[in-house]
Amino acid sequence: MNSLRRWETLLFVLLLAVVSLNATESRYYLGVGNFINLFQLSIEKSIVALMMAFVIIGAEIDLSVASVMGLAACVMAYTFQQGAPLPLAILLALAAGVLAGLNNAFWIAYVGLPSLAVTLAGLIGYRGLARILVEDRAIGGFPLWFNALGQQGLIGPLTLSIMIFVILFVFFAVLLHASAFGRLVYVVGSNVEAARYSGVRVARVKTALFAGSACVSALAGVLYAARLGSVRGDMAEGFELDVITTVLLGGVSIFGGKGNMVGVGLSLLLILNLRNGMGLADITGNTQNYVIGGLLILSVLVPNIYQDIQNKWKGRER
Amino acid sequence: MARVNWLRRHVRPEQLRELSLLALIVVAVMFFGSMIEGYYSFRTFNRIASSVAIIGVVAVGQTLVVLTRNIDLSVGSIAGFTAFFVGTLIANHNGVNPLLAVAISIAIGGALGVVNGVLVAWGRVPAVVVTLGTLAIYRGVLVDLSGAKTVTTDSLPQWLVDLPRLNIAPVGDLDVRPLFVVAVVIVILFQFGMGYLSFARRFYAIGSNPEAAQLIGLPLKRVVFIAFVVSGALAGLAGFMTLARFGNITVEAGRGLELNVVAAVVVGGVNIFGGSGRVTGAMLGAIMIGTLEQSLFRLGVSEFWRDALLGLLILLAVASDAVILKRLNRIWARTELKRIDSLAERAP
Repeated sequence: MNSLRRWETLLFVLLLAVVSLNATESRYYLGVGNFINLFQLSIEKSIVALMMAFVIIGAEIDLSVASVMGLAACVMAYTFQQGAPLPLAILLALAAGVLAGLNNAFWIAYVGLPSLAVTLAGLIGYRGLARILVEDRAIGGFPLWFNALGQQGLIGPLTLSIMIFVILFVFFAVLLHASAFGRLVYVVGSNVEAARYSGVRVARVKTALFAGSACVSALAGVLYAARLGSVRGDMAEGFELDVITTVLLGGVSIFGGKGNMVGVGLSLLLILNLRNGMGLADITGNTQNYVIGGLLILSVLVPNIYQDIQNKWKGRER
Repeated sequence: MARVNWLRRHVRPEQLRELSLLALIVVAVMFFGSMIEGYYSFRTFNRIASSVAIIGVVAVGQTLVVLTRNIDLSVGSIAGFTAFFVGTLIANHNGVNPLLAVAISIAIGGALGVVNGVLVAWGRVPAVVVTLGTLAIYRGVLVDLSGAKTVTTDSLPQWLVDLPRLNIAPVGDLDVRPLFVVAVVIVILFQFGMGYLSFARRFYAIGSNPEAAQLIGLPLKRVVFIAFVVSGALAGLAGFMTLARFGNITVEAGRGLELNVVAAVVVGGVNIFGGSGRVTGAMLGAIMIGTLEQSLFRLGVSEFWRDALLGLLILLAVASDAVILKRLNRIWARTELKRIDSLAERAP
């Protein structure tokens, strides 16, 4: 527990450092407009990361999130183009997401396949389905209200996606830390055998994790389409890297059973501010990408090295 | 019953797995042959072969990594990185010795593999995390260093341009292309190596039971490290093959290769839990994927079906491994035990 608290303190200090560095480097940084922009520019990833935290705490991984985002957006665009009213198309998109999640969950929870392989198949397969629907076209021309929802502030400068994110963050934090389901996720994540012998319905918990993850991803995909105003087959490709990085940097253990929403929230803020600062300093998106890749590795490597050093010290005391 | 027992003693479940994949390939080829006019031609063969060659070479390295319960998702970036840099090098110095160029490719790939290996083996960072990170890092460094330039065919020396179309051993109308030969040689080398070298058996031991392997004193970390280095080196070689095959190389070269390769390995019967699987299986998986890739778009249906089918294929392969193969293995083990028991009873 102590080391966990230390990790969040570290994140907080890093965040303060990045924020103050950004503030001195650019005079545009400390404005409401920039802060809204900073959230808005990768709000979909942030939403998906919240649910990914559950999945990884449950000692599983979902590599298919970005493809589910693409699939949901393409289902929406395709059915809209075929003449369905947009609200119905959005519902169908969410339903497609839930189906994709249930498909993942079936193979993982009931057949017992590793989630890495199943969701890798999903990463390829769902993207393929999205491509079949949209091929290499770009579908746009959605009603104005839809695009406005994605792009303009709903209450003051706050957009719908930001409000959804805040609501989901509070909801998931309560669900993870103050509900029976949250405890089950930790139990399944730290020792799945023990959980099974204590009568936890492991398969159901895992089904909830993967269905939830895909459902949230589908929602994020629809929001992403609203923000961009058009849908392509390759949208959101590669987002899983950022999402997983955020969660692991937030102190969630890739081996499951460890992590909390405060850490994930801090790591979200850290990455957003880092990217924003790099953007203001004219560092390209490509460079930002591999800085994030490096962060992903470091977020696991540093605690490991720290533990090694601690073990060595203990050995010396003896 | 006697015949069934004979079969059980001489055919392993893994071999049945490969045979069924072979049958599936034959069915697929016959299906495409009946749907596409002029499908049975050497042009089709050559097209599939040059696609299979690249996937196959990388799949051999991936097999080693997956055997040790790890995964290498950075191979596409390594291949792209190598293709671009060796391409730039050759374009600037047309006189580079061909063998030296190949050696440099393998060295660059191997060096990138070393980074993966060190982080996984000694950094104790899970392979998914490391290689998902280096997938982004290697590609990102490539894009930054390239300065938005590309390698074009006309800047390359003639031998490299001619290489993929060279005909080593004309058998009738059939062209035997160097890239495919390289892939076949590597598969044969590794197949025998993995089967008969005691060092290679360590990959299987570590994948089947890491704790037991550690207890009997196998150098767990070193073996995992070597798996990643070999995977990187072969991805580097595949980068050179990509350069030879396409000639025009952008910073996007090799993107998404890792998905095809992991698919080939998994479809080829290499267990994602580690410890079992063969190089020939991975090659068969590569052939299956190469056939799908090169045939679907000629079928007239949307080429976009390929990815959806690929996802389904991976799922079915992993599921059949987990459910059917496990059961078969148990039956095999039981009959073997019975046989030993009956032999023991007969003994005085």
